[in-house]
Amino acid sequence: MANPDFQGREYPATAPYSVGREKIREFAEAVGATDPAHHDLVAARGLGYPDLVAPPTFAVVIAQRAESQYVSDPEAGIDFSRVVHADERFTHHHPIVAGDELVTVLHVDSVTSRGALSMVTTRCEIFATSETGFGSDTVPGTPVVTVTSTLAVRGEDA
Amino acid sequence: MTARTEQSHEPSAVARPRLGALAVGDQIGTRTVELDRSRLVRYAGASGDFNRIHWDQEFAEGVGLPGVIAHGMLTMGSVVGLVTEWAGDPGAVVDYTTRFSRPVPVPADGVATVEVSGKIGAIDVEAGTTRVDLTVTFEGAKVLMKTQAVVRLDG
Repeated sequence: MANPDFQGREYPATAPYSVGREKIREFAEAVGATDPAHHDLVAARGLGYPDLVAPPTFAVVIAQRAESQYVSDPEAGIDFSRVVHADERFTHHHPIVAGDELVTVLHVDSVTSRGALSMVTTRCEIFATSETGFGSDTVPGTPVVTVTSTLAVRGEDA
Repeated sequence: MTARTEQSHEPSAVARPRLGALAVGDQIGTRTVELDRSRLVRYAGASGDFNRIHWDQEFAEGVGLPGVIAHGMLTMGSVVGLVTEWAGDPGAVVDYTTRFSRPVPVPADGVATVEVSGKIGAIDVEAGTTRVDLTVTFEGAKVLMKTQAVVRLDG
């Protein structure tokens, strides 16, 4: 059963994730996204982006890394083989483009259990790194995406 | 870029839809998304989600699933292509949400075919956005629920 003590926990900002052109192309290919703005610089710039723009669910790549801080923690009580994804939301404050350096602050918004079933909701606040000076590249700056994810964890008896 | 089989129409070069020309209830189109095991492996690699239930039959059955199932995030990430191509700009999707209601089992041979259709669910002139509601089914049953994409469009 998921440990209720984790509710409300906030983790320190992650190390920066560097958004690369080939990663955007690879992810777009994997979800069948043929929009030229994921693949072709001229097309992306034609739409006003400084570089290739990421598909709408690309941020899951970044969010999943941050979420592992929580779901892989043995103290959290989450058996990943018994996890079912319940819901997911992406709120884009700015589009993600190649060249972005993004840091994530993970929040555990809720942990509830009823019988053998636990529901956990996490929220990843993904920011562009601050450019305020040397040594501050992991300081969260402009908000880019919020990723909210709810997992259902079945207990041994469920 | 590589063409994929499920796209039935030419991307881009189409005039972007305008908010003022839309009405709630308008259909934006349909598409099918074909998922096979290689798509699941490709998505696992691209996304970093290596959960065995998406590529190991015995493991999936051992945890009570009907077999290997598609990543919910692959289904979510694939069906939104209907919206981004209609919008003419994949960065125009400012909010995208879904609830995963049923797994999509993907056979060892052959494909699982997911059907998608979209219609205008709401228009917010002040915000300059429209909400597209997607219906996503596999073998006639909804696999995603409350699948909504908010898209920024010009007036």
